[in-house]
This record gives sequence, structure tokens and C-alpha cells, in this order.
Amino acid sequence: METKNIMIVGVGGQGSLLASKLLGHLLMEQGYDVKVSEVHGMSQRGGSVVTYVRYGDKVNSPVIDKGEADYIVSFEILEAARWLSYLKPDGQIVTSTQQIDPMPVITGAAVYPDNLVEKMKATGAKVDALDCLKLAEEAGSSKAVNIVLMGRLSHYFDLPDEAWQKSLEAMVPPKFLELNKKAFELGKRA
Amino acid sequence: MKQLMLGNAAVARGLYEAGCCVISSYPGTPSTEITEEAVKYPEIYCEWAPNEKVAMETAFGACLAGKRAFCGMKHVGLNVAADPLYTMSYTGVNAGLVIGVADDAGMHSSQNEQDSRHHAIAAKVPMLEPSDSAEALEFAKLAFELSERFDTPVLLKMCTRVSHSQSLVETSPRTEAEAKPYEKNIAKYVMMPGNAIRRHPFVEERTRKLQEWAETAPVNRVELGSTKMGIITSSTSYQYVKEVFGDDVSVLKLGMTNPLPVKLIRDFAGKVEKLVVVEELDPVIENHCKALGLVVSGKDSLPLEGEFSQNLIAKKLGEEVYEGRTIDSSIPPRPPVMCAGCPHRGLFYTLSKNKVTVLGDIGCYTLGAVAPLSAMEMTLCMGASISSLHGFNKAGGAEAESKTVAVIGDSTFMHSGMTGLANIAYNQSNSTVIILDNSITGMTGHQQNPTTGYNIKGDPAGKIDLEALCRAMGFTRVRVVDPYDLKACDTAVKEELAAAEPSVIISRRPCALLKYVKHSAPLRVDPVKCVGCRSCMKIGCPAISIREGKAQVDSTQCVGCGVCEQLCGVKAFQSAGKEG
Repeated sequence: METKNIMIVGVGGQGSLLASKLLGHLLMEQGYDVKVSEVHGMSQRGGSVVTYVRYGDKVNSPVIDKGEADYIVSFEILEAARWLSYLKPDGQIVTSTQQIDPMPVITGAAVYPDNLVEKMKATGAKVDALDCLKLAEEAGSSKAVNIVLMGRLSHYFDLPDEAWQKSLEAMVPPKFLELNKKAFELGKRA
Repeated sequence: MKQLMLGNAAVARGLYEAGCCVISSYPGTPSTEITEEAVKYPEIYCEWAPNEKVAMETAFGACLAGKRAFCGMKHVGLNVAADPLYTMSYTGVNAGLVIGVADDAGMHSSQNEQDSRHHAIAAKVPMLEPSDSAEALEFAKLAFELSERFDTPVLLKMCTRVSHSQSLVETSPRTEAEAKPYEKNIAKYVMMPGNAIRRHPFVEERTRKLQEWAETAPVNRVELGSTKMGIITSSTSYQYVKEVFGDDVSVLKLGMTNPLPVKLIRDFAGKVEKLVVVEELDPVIENHCKALGLVVSGKDSLPLEGEFSQNLIAKKLGEEVYEGRTIDSSIPPRPPVMCAGCPHRGLFYTLSKNKVTVLGDIGCYTLGAVAPLSAMEMTLCMGASISSLHGFNKAGGAEAESKTVAVIGDSTFMHSGMTGLANIAYNQSNSTVIILDNSITGMTGHQQNPTTGYNIKGDPAGKIDLEALCRAMGFTRVRVVDPYDLKACDTAVKEELAAAEPSVIISRRPCALLKYVKHSAPLRVDPVKCVGCRSCMKIGCPAISIREGKAQVDSTQCVGCGVCEQLCGVKAFQSAGKEG
């Protein structure tokens, strides 16, 4: 199988590492060669962060380049727009509608652009936007946005539900498993 | 069984399987997780040393005593440890000694993007470069074999994309290394001129033997495809080359980048029509090829700076690339910022307000240079804040002394700030040094250090008393402030800058991200009271924004530190839940 590419983008501290761990586990269990590339260090401090997940028969490069992503999963709407150029012509965006002002917007040096979903759709991109923060809070914690997004992403994958559940159980601490299962379900059904 | 493993975790696994017994490291992105993963194996003694030089010398001592040892660091850490490295090349080892160094092309979390291969060449020690996690594990084991076989320390060079990518590995059980009892050998281990003169020819002979080994070593392999183009490459660049060209080119993949083979490269060059070297940063392999008289291209089209990627290589080597689409609106950048509740914020606000010239250092607090605080004017390397302040004040005299400070974190102070402070105490500049003590090594992800009272496992350990240390050096003016208390910060900074003798201010409060730190309830803004004056926006807190002319607090980010509250002239901030 040709290599498939998933990008997870967001703001440092939003929990993208757990999402990429979950996907890595899930895809490895399906027998694929997998590479996951993460960001550590200074960029994690509230900056724009990106994680690459690649899978297929044989994966070489650990990173995804412009025009290569089959899916962009975004925790924040501005970040989805920032990484749009990485999407394949027929790629799919799954994004939370949450807005977090970057520092240049906070200081008044820049403006947070409006109508980003419409603007992305106008380029021909397929955009699935939902309020993941609200769903995460409904599941019991605002920190579960990552798993709500994974639930939503599972829509687009031809994999049995048990495979996702198994990876959730393997990657999430038992204490938070019920909460995260609920978050996954809410994302999936939204 | 195959497992998905981070490159750094795979190095740790390789060290474990090779029977490594002692690890001493200093944290530094992207190298940190090697040691954090290794400490999970009870068979290996692990520690965080105060700096890389101490770490390397500790590992050397362990190998001298007969146990396989390792030390890990980032590229700039190897500069700090260069002194022992260059002479350990002469002494050689007893049991195996491996040094892990992680470069950061693209500067994801670094102050420069120097190429560590130059250190391998200059110190005349072999260097292995894995290109994924499976090789990271395998090369860590091979490094110990080479170290003992050729009597040399071995550099294992990682880079951000190998260190911080997960790929599949297969693990094996640990093999205990044969004990090598320490034996007195003054001619080998005492590097004074008479002995070192006799060791230098050994080093040159060793390099010759290693080069001979490199000619047929399995880590240097030819993957013959089409012979129209032959690419010599290593590390993560190899992965990009395979991604772009697959088997459409021939590849010479070098797993050992010092010393480089001669015959292998000549033979490869002879088989292909066009020879290209694909390597990040400096043209080390390319220059070697040119010295052999080969016609080769590389840096004539590929950049000297930044990371490579598949598109970059494809484009520079003449392939078509789809560049994707964009929206019309400009996207504001999102640079990293100090976290909500960061204890550094109050102190930097005070320095900014008092228009103090701040000479900075390496850590989370380097973000004090970012707008709107913009309260740092120099950052060079670990420890440079204090020593530079001394020089700045010696040159600038009383005027400079009255309005210039150094800021340095607790871990960085332990790393290489103490010697600069000793210089101030000894050569007497009237300098004001601020130690930002957040009780942890923050930027690299919360590692313990000699001031925290805990070791790498989180068990109680020795704890250096910063106040007592500064007093012992001769500072009589040593005071502690809480950076959440803006008034106390202001008084301390004003008084110490005005004082007629050198002083140390310790700004003390644990990092807001530490698990044991209890947060107060988030604040909220009373929209009736808020007049939209933006006073609270001067501290650059990511939790505060202006919505419809009024300040608003993001309750998911706010930890209730209360610094913003102290800036509000109309008392618009209140604890969430309270009314009125």
C-alpha cells in the first residue's frame, strides 16, 4: 500500500502527543510500517506544533511535506489554516472550531482572521469542523479534545471499532479510560 | 516482537542490551529522552550531572573502572564537554565508552545549528549516525564494540528527526558485558606531555585502522539502483532520498561518518554517471569526496542551513513538486510563549518597567525576549549571562552597573553560572545577578538538578543551598523574592541596582507546570468594571485577550497567579465563582 499521511496540528500543550501515540499503536497493530514524528522542547511552550503520522508497506521519511497529507487533524482553527498547504488535493481536514489567540493577536500586532472554515472550503478543501471543546467538557474534561478528534477521525477509516477501543485501552491510563471512551464516542457520533 | 519506539528510547534500549552500567548526562533537546528512558532499566545507574563536561568525565571514570558507560547531550553540550573528549581520544578507554550527541538542524529548540561531525574529525574519534530507531538501537550496541575493539570513545550522532521520530524496532535481551578490572597504567591514562607525545601516534594509527574497517563495514552499504545518478548520504537525509527516488538512483548509505571510507567511495563513484552528496548542514562528506579528486555536487544546490525534507531534495535535484494551496487571509504567527502562571513573567515585567538592560541565558526564560515584555537583550550560551554582565560592567562603569542585570535559571546556574559568579566575587564588579529559581530544569521537560533536592528517579538527593553558596562566595547582599509579588520584585530590583556592592536576587517560585504545584481558581474579569485600558496586556499572558474592548480570561489556561490583578487600576479581576 502506498504511504498514507496524517498530520496532527495545534497549540503546544493541547495533547497532540497522546493522539499520535494512539494512532501509532492502532496502525502498527494493523500490520503497517509506521513512523511518528513529534515536537519537543521550546516549540511546546504555547507555539504552533505539528506531529506527523505516516503508515504503509514501507515508510521512509518521518515527516510529511507540502501537498502530501491525506488528513489534517487540528485542535484549533487557525492552525488548520496555517497548515492547509500540506493537504493533498483530495485530502480531508478534521478540526475543532476552538480559537486560541496567538501572542501577536493578544498584543494587537496582528488580527485573528475570520470565517476560516469557509475560506478553507473555498480552496476546494474538504473540512469537517466541530466544537470539540464542548464535546470534551460533556465527556468530563476539557483535556479530552484530543480523543474527541480521534473519534471524529475514525469516521474516515475503514477499521473496526474494536481496533480503536483496543488502542485506547493500551494508551490511556486506566483512571481516565471511561472518560476518554465517552469522548471518543461523542466525537464519532457528532 | 516489533514495537514502535522513539529514536532516543531506541538508543536507551541499545545501551541496555549492550550491558551499559553507568550513564551520566545533562538534559538538552533533542537528546534528553535517551537518559530518561535508560533510567527505567534498573540494571543501569543513571544520573543528571550539573553539566556535560562533568557528565563526560563521570562516564570516563566509570569506563576506567571497567564498566560500559554512556553520556548524552545536545550538540552545544558537546562544546562544553570538548575538553575531556579531545584528550580521551588519546587515553582511549578501558571498558566501552559511548557519547550520544544530538544535533538540531532547523533549530527547533537551540541557539545555533552547528554540525557535530566537526568535533568527531577534530577529536579524531569515530562517529556513527543512525537514520531511524532500528539503527539507533543497533548502532548503540555497535558503538560499544568499536569502542573496546579500537580503544576509543565513540560518538553516536543523533538529530532531531531521528531522536524524536518513532519507528519500528525489534528488541533483544541484555547481554552483560565482560568485566574489565581497572589496571594502573600511567603511560596510557596520565596525559602529561611525555606520555601524550607517545599516545598521539596511536591515535593516528587507530584512525587508519578505523578507516580500513569503514571500507567493508556493514553500516556503510551500497544500494544499487539506476546508475544514472549516485547519491552518498547518511542519517535522516537517507530517508528523504529513499522517499523521493526509491530505487531510481543508486545510494551509498554511510552509517559511520568519521572516519570516511576512501576505496568504497571511489568504487561507488566509478559505477555512477553523476555523483551527488545529500547531507544536512556542512559539506563534510562532499569535501572528503573533493579531496579524493572526485567530481561531485551537493552544496551547489542544497542549502547549508535548516532541515531537509523530501520536497526540498526533490526540488533542488530537479523534480516537480506540488506546493499545496493556501487561503487569502494572512495567518498570524504563533511563536512559543511563557505559559499562563509562569513565575518568570512577574520578574520580567518588573525589569521591563524599570527599563533595565537584561543579559540573559538559556532556558524557558529566554522567552522574556519576546513581545510584549521584550525584556532580554542578549542570549549566547549556558552561563554567559553572568560572565558577560561582569565584562559589560567593567567596560561600562558605574552607569552600566546601575541599570544592567544578568538573569539565569537554577539549572543553568548550576551548569556554568557559578564560575561567572566567582569572577564577579573575585574581580569585584558591582553587578546584580538574578537567579530565576523555578525549582526544576524547565525547557527540556522537568529534569531534577542539584538545587531541587531530588535525583533523576525522583528520590531524595543532595540539595545545594543557593543563598549559602552565594554568601560563601563573598556576596553579602543575597535576597529572595516571590515573582508573583510585583511590589516586592520592584523594590528588590531598585535596591540591588542602587547598592554599592555586588548582589544576588533569587526569584523563587516553582514552575507552574509541576504536578505538585497547587493552582488557585482562575480569575475572571468583571466587564462592568473593566475600562479596557489594556494595563493587564503588558505582561503577555496567553490567558488574557481583549474581546469587544474588554479584557477576558481564558479559564482553561488561567492558573490564578494574580499578576494581572496587581496591574488593574479598577479592580476588575476577581476569582471565578465570587460575585461583586
